[in-house]
Amino acid sequence: MSRDYNQVRGRIFDIQRYSIHDGPGIRTIVFLKGCYLRCRWCCNPESQSHDFEQMTMGGVTKTVGQDITVGEVMETVLKDRPYYRRSGGGMTLSGGECLFQADFSAALLEAAHDAQLNTAVESTAFAPFEKIEKILPELDYYLLDIKHMNSAKHKAYTGAPNERILENARRIAESGQCQLIIRVPVVPGFNDSVHDIQEISRFAASLPGVHRLHLLPYHRLGTDKYIGLGRDYTLPDIVPPTGEHMQKLLTAALQSGLECQIGG
Amino acid sequence: MSAFYSEHIAKSPRIPRLIEHLYAKLPVVEADRAVLLTESYKQTEGDPIIIRRAKAFDAICRHLPIIIRPEELIVGSSSQAPRGCQVFPEFSYSWLEDEFETMETREADPFHIDDATKATLHEVYKYWKGRTTSELATSYMAPEALVAIEHNMFTPGNYFYNGIGHVTVCYGRIAREGLESIKAEAAEALLKCKVGDGDYARRSHFLQAVILSCEAACVYAERYSALAREEAAKEKDPVRRKELEVIAENCARVPRYGARNFYEACQSFWFIQQLLQVESSGHSISPGRFDQYMYPFFKKDLEEGKITREFAQEIMDCIWVKLNDLNKIRDAASAKGFAGYSLFQNLIAGGQTPEGLDATNDLSFMCIEATMHVLLPQPSFSVRVWNGSPQEFLMRAAELTRTGVGLPAYYNDEVIIPSLLSRGLSMSDARDYNIIGCVEPQKACKTDGWHDAAFFNMCRPLELVFSNGMDKGVQVGLKTGDVTQMRTFDEFYDAYKKQMNYMISLLVNADNAIDVAHAERCPLPFLSGMIEDCIGRGKSVQEGGAIYNFTGPQGFGIANMTDALYAVKTLVYEQKTVSMADLRNALAHNYGKERTPEEAKDLTEQVAKAMMKDGIRLSESQIRTIYETSLNDGISAADRAKYQKIHDLIEAVPKFGNDIPEVDNFARDVAYTYTRPMQEFRNPRGGQYQAGLYPVSANVPLGAQTGATPDGRYAGTPVADGVSPYAGRDTHGPTAAANSVSHLDHSIASNGTLFNMKFHPSALAGREGLANFVAFIRSYFDQKGSHMQFNVVSRETLLDAQKHPENYRSLVVRVAGYSALFTQLSRSLQDDIISRTEQTSL
Repeated sequence: MSRDYNQVRGRIFDIQRYSIHDGPGIRTIVFLKGCYLRCRWCCNPESQSHDFEQMTMGGVTKTVGQDITVGEVMETVLKDRPYYRRSGGGMTLSGGECLFQADFSAALLEAAHDAQLNTAVESTAFAPFEKIEKILPELDYYLLDIKHMNSAKHKAYTGAPNERILENARRIAESGQCQLIIRVPVVPGFNDSVHDIQEISRFAASLPGVHRLHLLPYHRLGTDKYIGLGRDYTLPDIVPPTGEHMQKLLTAALQSGLECQIGG
Repeated sequence: MSAFYSEHIAKSPRIPRLIEHLYAKLPVVEADRAVLLTESYKQTEGDPIIIRRAKAFDAICRHLPIIIRPEELIVGSSSQAPRGCQVFPEFSYSWLEDEFETMETREADPFHIDDATKATLHEVYKYWKGRTTSELATSYMAPEALVAIEHNMFTPGNYFYNGIGHVTVCYGRIAREGLESIKAEAAEALLKCKVGDGDYARRSHFLQAVILSCEAACVYAERYSALAREEAAKEKDPVRRKELEVIAENCARVPRYGARNFYEACQSFWFIQQLLQVESSGHSISPGRFDQYMYPFFKKDLEEGKITREFAQEIMDCIWVKLNDLNKIRDAASAKGFAGYSLFQNLIAGGQTPEGLDATNDLSFMCIEATMHVLLPQPSFSVRVWNGSPQEFLMRAAELTRTGVGLPAYYNDEVIIPSLLSRGLSMSDARDYNIIGCVEPQKACKTDGWHDAAFFNMCRPLELVFSNGMDKGVQVGLKTGDVTQMRTFDEFYDAYKKQMNYMISLLVNADNAIDVAHAERCPLPFLSGMIEDCIGRGKSVQEGGAIYNFTGPQGFGIANMTDALYAVKTLVYEQKTVSMADLRNALAHNYGKERTPEEAKDLTEQVAKAMMKDGIRLSESQIRTIYETSLNDGISAADRAKYQKIHDLIEAVPKFGNDIPEVDNFARDVAYTYTRPMQEFRNPRGGQYQAGLYPVSANVPLGAQTGATPDGRYAGTPVADGVSPYAGRDTHGPTAAANSVSHLDHSIASNGTLFNMKFHPSALAGREGLANFVAFIRSYFDQKGSHMQFNVVSRETLLDAQKHPENYRSLVVRVAGYSALFTQLSRSLQDDIISRTEQTSL
């Protein structure tokens, strides 16, 4: 069998082991560098640019970004094989946007599948569908963010309209090649009204084969990183939604008939 | 349908009231047992020691004041005051008298003692001078072993000062057949003794002592029966009156005869559990597989409609509370090593039957339920895990873990059973193991394991390598040569192994001396009647009557020694970036770490006191000079910078706990420097030494007596806890740490290993969280780890992590869909998480 994919190179900025919130079971997340969108709440701002960057955290300045082969990534990922086997877990590609490096992502997913790991991506689906087609054959779970149904508002907060995302979501669902789970980052002042959530969940429910929707409450974990990168955080004053409000949104989302939960 | 009932069972309102009563006051020291024991001993001078022990036990059982606490369903209390304790002068006493004035205010496990008790004990103690096990043990030790103890190379303090304990008896047999069956067995054996037999004297006296002490225990229970009847007659509340009448019936029946129902079986269990701790002060007397030996009684009652699940649960909850009523006072130093008033009464659920089938039953779940209902430190609750463990059972155990109570501890059958087989247990005995005390496996009713035999600090022999065997001006270790002249790492490592082997042999000498002293001065006839094959062999447990005999001293500091030896190998011998002479100086000066004003003040006081004791008068300015010297340790700024640079270089060397195969395999070898030599030694009972790798809580006080080590650990700070990576050095998350620890050989450490992990409650949130947690445990166990226990962090822990981030560098927390290392978050985000912890810990 060909092992050429082990030589494929890509750019990542972190590998995080023992993640239990991004796909089933115990997982390792590979964070890829580079994204098409510029979401203003992004908690990984160092993931957005494909270029190497300097980030200062806790007084220590480090270069963000590392060029690495699939084989090298898998060496770390496979250290936790016993945990994947017992929990039904595996590898999740996050970012950044894995479609930004579609060939690298496809090779990683193929390597993981060959090692019999469950595979997942966390993705915006904002990319030409040809790129998505590259990753679908080796993908078990597609965790797709739908941020807003209003394209103008979507563009104002992420830098891009939403039409392509919505169309890709439908095409992924119709392909039937993987389980599609819709995730909504709930950002106060942007999409945290009952109406916003109802619209998104209705759309999600209309996609064939989609059964699940996750509401992810906004958090401020990334704010330190903006400072570390010397960038402005343009959402400085919003506070995470309250548990009470999230419950209200959950009730609204449940009307779609989907299985809904707060958190991943 | 599953084979067991796993629904939650409601808690009786009685339980919180029992707990409240138990914890209303500071525990009290009582003198009754000591007085009764001493009076009896005075009357039996000249009798064989085993008879003297039985007669003393008889006197205590007949006259120790008894009490039924409000609302109790299970009765039998060793002290009048809740959580009070009796004292045991036959083992040692002088420390207690020395600490009369400080025991109420000491930090670890304070006790109240009133003046009358002090006076009584003062009188009693006059008798015991020269008669204790500890005095005899000292006289049996080699002089070099005494020196090593004095220099804190190891501490055999546990059994030196106290009884042995660390045993599980045949609770099930007593519940089924009663103590009368033990008496009958002993009587039959006595009939077979022939006056011409070579061991007639020892054997016949031993058997008589067993009969006498079993009868004494029955009499003790019957006194409770009478008391309950008396109180019932006076009781106005008809419900309580009925309860007392049933208690009276129970105590008239058990433990003399076999129990007729589950409730009686529970009462029988309790009297045995309590009286073992009246006979001797040994701790870790462990109930073991309660769910196995009690199940037939429960099943029969349930099938016959004689008991409800709710009532059975209530009785079990009462036992769980009672296990916290027993208490023990330790000397101040030991109290730090065993902090938390703990008696380590380990009770274990689940696992396999002796035939190798899954053993989980309704009571296994009810044991978890009881622990959840009481949320108290006792029993030390454990669960056994094997490939066939039902998922639902482990999910329920994980739910208990999530409460943050620190229970249960998880044990791996797949490592422990083969490990016990390698020590000579039969397959069915190995499958039937339970845990003693902290983490020590043994087969109940057949073993005298002498687990917990000593604390061995693996860091100290390395200090001796640097000092050519000297400690504080005394030649304590071997002369392994000038460390700066060691040309290769192998030469250096060999020197460490030589110091280790030597200290291990001294530890064995000390333990064997103590072992002999217990056999000669404190054989235990009541316990021995309940351990096979004492009656057959005609001798007590302490004389080697048990079928399986071991001595298990526990080593700790593996992570420090791995990191230290690996750093020396890398920096001194491979990279040659640090010279051995510089490293030695850096260690001597604690890596140039400046003392805080408080530390300098303490040191100044010590020095000044010592000088004044020698008759030297000090002026203000002289004291000032001592203080300033203490503050900067008398070293130049250049040297300080050099030593700190060495510390930085050491910090950068890879450390154990990060899933780096080269380091982890090295750790396996380092652990062998303790576990392999140990198994070559034998004890006076004819058994083998077997190493454990766990510290209880001694890694803190014993770390305080350890100088700086080449892993970058500063002088006086704690040593690594069990087989866990050194606090804060594992920075790649829980799977990486667990993978590293699984690289150690857990099977050879057949006296148990201890792996502590910290988790945030959110990691166990929801059913999915529990399932992932169970998968995590199973995965570590797949890789041949032996034990795991979890500290699910509380709000307080997170606050502490803010204050001391260096101790929590590996703590993972979750922030809404994202996990992060807690200490790397900004202060405001940490505050966010802390404020949320309370909700997610539901």
